[in-house]
Amino acid sequence: MTTNTEITLAELMIVAASEAWRDNGEVLASGITTIPRLGASLAKLTHSPELLMTDSEAFLVSEPVPVGPRGDYQPKYEGYMSFDRVFECVWGGKRHAMIGPTQIDRWGQTNLSAVGDYAKPKSAVLGVRGLPGNSINHINSLFVPNHGPRVFVAGEVDMVSGVGYNPKRWGEGMNQDFLDLRLIVTDLCVLDFGGPQHAIRVKSLHPGVSFEQVQAATGFPLLQAEGMGETPLPTAEQLAIIGRLDPHNLRGAILKNNPPARKAA
Amino acid sequence: MALNKELTAAAAIAQLRSGMTLGIGGWGPRRKPMALVREILRSDLKDLTVVSYGGPDVGMLCAAGKVKKLIFPFVTLDAIPLEPYYRKAREGGSIEVMELDEGMFEWGLRAAGMRMSFLPTRVGLATDVLAKNPQIKTITSPYEDGEVYVAMPALKLDAALLHVNECDRLGNTLVRGADTFFDHLFARAAGRCYVSTEVLHDKLALDAETAKLNPYERYLVAGVVHAPCGAHPTYFGPNYGWDMEHLKRYNSSATEDNGWHKYLDEFVAGGEAEYLTKVGGAERIGKLKLPVF
Repeated sequence: MTTNTEITLAELMIVAASEAWRDNGEVLASGITTIPRLGASLAKLTHSPELLMTDSEAFLVSEPVPVGPRGDYQPKYEGYMSFDRVFECVWGGKRHAMIGPTQIDRWGQTNLSAVGDYAKPKSAVLGVRGLPGNSINHINSLFVPNHGPRVFVAGEVDMVSGVGYNPKRWGEGMNQDFLDLRLIVTDLCVLDFGGPQHAIRVKSLHPGVSFEQVQAATGFPLLQAEGMGETPLPTAEQLAIIGRLDPHNLRGAILKNNPPARKAA
Repeated sequence: MALNKELTAAAAIAQLRSGMTLGIGGWGPRRKPMALVREILRSDLKDLTVVSYGGPDVGMLCAAGKVKKLIFPFVTLDAIPLEPYYRKAREGGSIEVMELDEGMFEWGLRAAGMRMSFLPTRVGLATDVLAKNPQIKTITSPYEDGEVYVAMPALKLDAALLHVNECDRLGNTLVRGADTFFDHLFARAAGRCYVSTEVLHDKLALDAETAKLNPYERYLVAGVVHAPCGAHPTYFGPNYGWDMEHLKRYNSSATEDNGWHKYLDEFVAGGEAEYLTKVGGAERIGKLKLPVF
């Protein structure tokens, strides 16, 4: 458990997630669930004010809406973004979403549908949702709160919901130009797709985590990015902003036991 | 010309037949025509093909054994991410599925409404949506680019069920939620569309601003059902929020012995008036806070 003054792993991951949206230009930043959403919000309030965001329901807001009960806070609307319009945005490619799939494979293919045999799955999850459309149309990043071989699977994911860089899946005439996978932020490290043929690499290790630990928790071989370093700790300014964006500390309930940013040896 | 389209919920559902393809409006636990869904639970209808951005509508119809096939991009209760009775049906292998991307699903409804056999899209390529649905074909652009697209087939509906904030006996409707999702496309894709409503007027007389809240034409509406609180326990803005207490009760029933039948007996079997009394009445439902996301 962490004390009040200790920086948490969740906070480090929020800052790491926010980096995904740096230099994206004017696009809709969709961080789905607490940590990705706080990451997108932090990006907009610090290095990337040009990002568009919604109230997570139907309206564009000029200032990220704090997560959880809002008290007296009034969202600052600047436009409308119903799901109908989100789809139009998706198809036009002006979006960068970060979501947490159930499975991810070495090609960046994702599964949110069903684990096990498709006809009679061991676990029916949500369904493919918007993953096929998101992944083939705009920038995407991924979030994994429990880095392990059940998420990062050895072969292909059980039901390919989001597309990836698997050449066997792409037939002649299919346009791959808009497929653009950026970061995977996990509770152990930050990964990218910068290896040969978009192979997944460790970009940075969270404090106290070794490459070997990450490899052991991953069902396929990983590369080390040139200059692989340590994921930076949040600055005091970033922590203050995160505190305002998450006044009820919902971030503290995402990771089991809300561990500190530096993994205990 | 019968311009009084008012029906009871039972009379509307009596116009449906077993084996039909039935579209249900709304999105997850939001804007679902639950009073009409409950009327299906009380009916003898079976072998339905249900087409839905799924929430408790799908779960309940699965639990009651009404679903032969489900056409869907997801099923969820949002705050309770995994819909318990959908999971049971899916993991038990008891329903056929046509699982689609959210946008492909929209495209299928649009194609049906436009009387097209398909609409092209890039969405679905290189995924198992195509592998698991071999009936969905691709098509090559006839233009210079020669790009290969998915030919998303029309999702033609025999009937659609929708819930609206207000309507009149002629079938003119008004929707007021922050997001009213794709209900208009369900109305267009359906042979017959049945609308339940919080408020039923004899004849709407609107100013121009209010008239903009009219999402589709009355010629699409076959019947209107006066069903106050008819979306409960789902979120129906701006009238009421979702009923988390009730959704939790429903969710936990799935882990109890004979839980579904207990839920059915306690809430559904006695009719809609009794249902509303049991869930606290219009006064309590009207006070359910709108969710913040």
